[in-house]
Amino acid sequence: MEELVVEVTRTDEKGNQKLQSFNVPKDKVSTVLEALLYIKENMDPSLSFRYSCRMEICGSCGMEIDGKPHMACSTTIESLKSDKVKVAPMKHYKVIRDLAVDMEGFFGKYKEVKPYIIRDDENGKYESEILQTPAQFDEFIDYSMCIKCGICMAACPIEGSDPDYLGPAPLTAIWRYVADSRDQGAKYRLEVASGPEGTSRCHFVGECTEACPKGVDPSYAIQKLRGSMVKYEFQSLFRRH
Amino acid sequence: MEKIKEDVLILGGGMAGLRAAIAAAEYNPKLSVGLVSKLYPLRSHSVSAEGGTSAVLNPKDSFDLHSYDTIKGSDYLGDQDAIEEFVRLVPEQIYTTDHWGCPWSRNPDGTISQRDFGALSFPRATFAADKTGFHVMQTLFSRAMKYNIHFYNEYFATKLILNGGQLNSVTTIDLRTGNFVVFQGKALIFAMGGAGRLYQFATYAHSVTGDGDGIAYRAGIPLKDMEFIQFHPTGLVPSGILITEAARSEGGYLLNSKKERFMGTYAPHKFETASRDVVSRAIMWEIEAGRGVKGEYGDMEYVYLDMRHIADKLDERLPMITEIAKKFNGIDAHTELVPVHPATHYTMGGIDSNVKTTTSVPGVFVAGENACVSIHGANRLGSNSTNECLALGNVAGIAAAEWAVSHSVPDLDVAQVNDEEKRIWEDMLKRDGGENIAKIREDLRINMDKNVGVFRTADPLRNSLKNIAALKERYEKITIQDKADTFNLELEWAFEVGFMLDLAEIITAGALQRTESRGAHYRRDFPDRDDANFMKHTIATYSKDGPVLTYRPVVVTKWQPTVRSY
Repeated sequence: MEELVVEVTRTDEKGNQKLQSFNVPKDKVSTVLEALLYIKENMDPSLSFRYSCRMEICGSCGMEIDGKPHMACSTTIESLKSDKVKVAPMKHYKVIRDLAVDMEGFFGKYKEVKPYIIRDDENGKYESEILQTPAQFDEFIDYSMCIKCGICMAACPIEGSDPDYLGPAPLTAIWRYVADSRDQGAKYRLEVASGPEGTSRCHFVGECTEACPKGVDPSYAIQKLRGSMVKYEFQSLFRRH
Repeated sequence: MEKIKEDVLILGGGMAGLRAAIAAAEYNPKLSVGLVSKLYPLRSHSVSAEGGTSAVLNPKDSFDLHSYDTIKGSDYLGDQDAIEEFVRLVPEQIYTTDHWGCPWSRNPDGTISQRDFGALSFPRATFAADKTGFHVMQTLFSRAMKYNIHFYNEYFATKLILNGGQLNSVTTIDLRTGNFVVFQGKALIFAMGGAGRLYQFATYAHSVTGDGDGIAYRAGIPLKDMEFIQFHPTGLVPSGILITEAARSEGGYLLNSKKERFMGTYAPHKFETASRDVVSRAIMWEIEAGRGVKGEYGDMEYVYLDMRHIADKLDERLPMITEIAKKFNGIDAHTELVPVHPATHYTMGGIDSNVKTTTSVPGVFVAGENACVSIHGANRLGSNSTNECLALGNVAGIAAAEWAVSHSVPDLDVAQVNDEEKRIWEDMLKRDGGENIAKIREDLRINMDKNVGVFRTADPLRNSLKNIAALKERYEKITIQDKADTFNLELEWAFEVGFMLDLAEIITAGALQRTESRGAHYRRDFPDRDDANFMKHTIATYSKDGPVLTYRPVVVTKWQPTVRSY
């Protein structure tokens, strides 16, 4: 029987790390997540990792697979093109146990950018939609596909050295709302984006875009934000005179 | 022991729970709102909802039509008064989420677009491409950031404690620390989803293990209509990942092994867009007749979903399933056939409730798949779940907030809390009979697939009850090998399996006693609907000797049951 060697970087609750390898029968599993579940169910029940939807939409199972951050559920064994895979927790996050990392900082940054529509006419009672043409819709829809897996933060080299940097996912969220014709919160958003933790720290190496499992392209969103900031600065300068 | 008090306490961070949390926070910003979930909210299964959510937005459509479609879909087991009220609550939720940023798909004039869906008499499925649940969840979670809602992420609820029939507290394990944490609220909302992972082949996320139903049942809150489990016709083989019904409402065909389009035999008017129970049975009958495909995916026989002739629609209207077929099966749906098989998809039953979202315990509310109102009766229509989460999540949030304003947190029932703490650390973790929890779970799922599936008959159902009893004995002898405090998922699995065993027993017992076929519940030995004896809901109440089943008549307003054909 063909086997897949899964080498896991494990961390116990006291923070001790070790490498442990498991031999998983290849015909029983088709993805890395299934391999981890196979290990937990049949070999070592103490292996810890997050998972839920197994269809790359809930964002639970981001981890380092052969040195790059990926979703375990959508990484097929076939795509590995190897009989061995190395699995480790995502970089730039504190490890809680084994492959489960601390996501509190990530969601904290997300909250900071006010990731919701801001409007002046909020009254809590809505009897029609806000008209939005397909062209206006196309401006933001690609940036709304972020599943909050945090993979881009693990891929971003700046995040590693500079944890205060907002990072690709929160900045993409800012652009997602700036680009949405229904939103009126651009002033606040562009201030955050142009602040000390904002886009200025990005070096445009594009690792985030390469890593994003959903094709969101945070790097382009950050470029768009910078463009808008310049435009916004110019307009507000103009208004003052 | 750690104690946390909130005015409104919500269990579950999926669509119903988030909607309820926002509603409570908006109702009165002075109320403290706490949302407890075993996951981060965005990891909830609601994000997997794909095709659409029904809402009457078009002047040519009507509330009566939406009600009628729902009632016919329910095979006349839905309560008609509740359905009529429910459909009127939905449109406002669509507009509200639009104002909150949900990217509902658009018409060229900028209005919200709608499309056809299974068993609808008007195209009223409002959609966000084929990621409807995902986008609504992102919208709600993001909107929730605006309020001071306290999120207790990754707390696993083990028990609801009632004292003299009144709400007292909820015990949890903080998965991150292993701490035992007791929550108290003036009002409590259950929004913990369905129970679909009782089955092996399921569209459900791994996390959908019926915790809410199980916790409520053990506390003495009755469950309703649990025997009605929906099988979605098109689970992707072999993973079970959902291929949305929109694939068929946009024009996709189902083909058997001879590449024949077979649905005309079973639903001569609606073909592939008949209701889910009808299409799932048709697929199973084709397979039984020897016209299933035996292919490269193990023992499971399947049929094909053919979308080649609608290839030009796939990228815009069905992008996610196109991507899923490619990523998980290496299949290009533009040019190749997709292997599908019926998979458990929805739990019509749940905590016995109504359109006001109340339960048998004052101050305890329920919304979403965790509830049985009953809107869906014996078979939920596609596009009628996310709208329920929104509309009744909102109702529950407001009702709980109103309740919280005029009630206080009771004194903690320390004796019961201590008992639960002992049960976790001194019973569950110290059992040492050598049984493996994952193995028990697997055996349970195999039993449910085999004996309580699309087709049911008395003897297999009796076998199922015997198997469940044996599994319950094994459950007493588990050994949890992981002894760590931090992130002990094996311990979590053990609690989940405890709930699942109870629910499996209720589902099977209800199915055995319901000697008729209605909606998703099909008895080979009783293939006809029996309105004279079974226009009634099954109510299951906990007892030490197993579920006690009683019945309650269905509410009929103006639609008398007639022959149901599509």
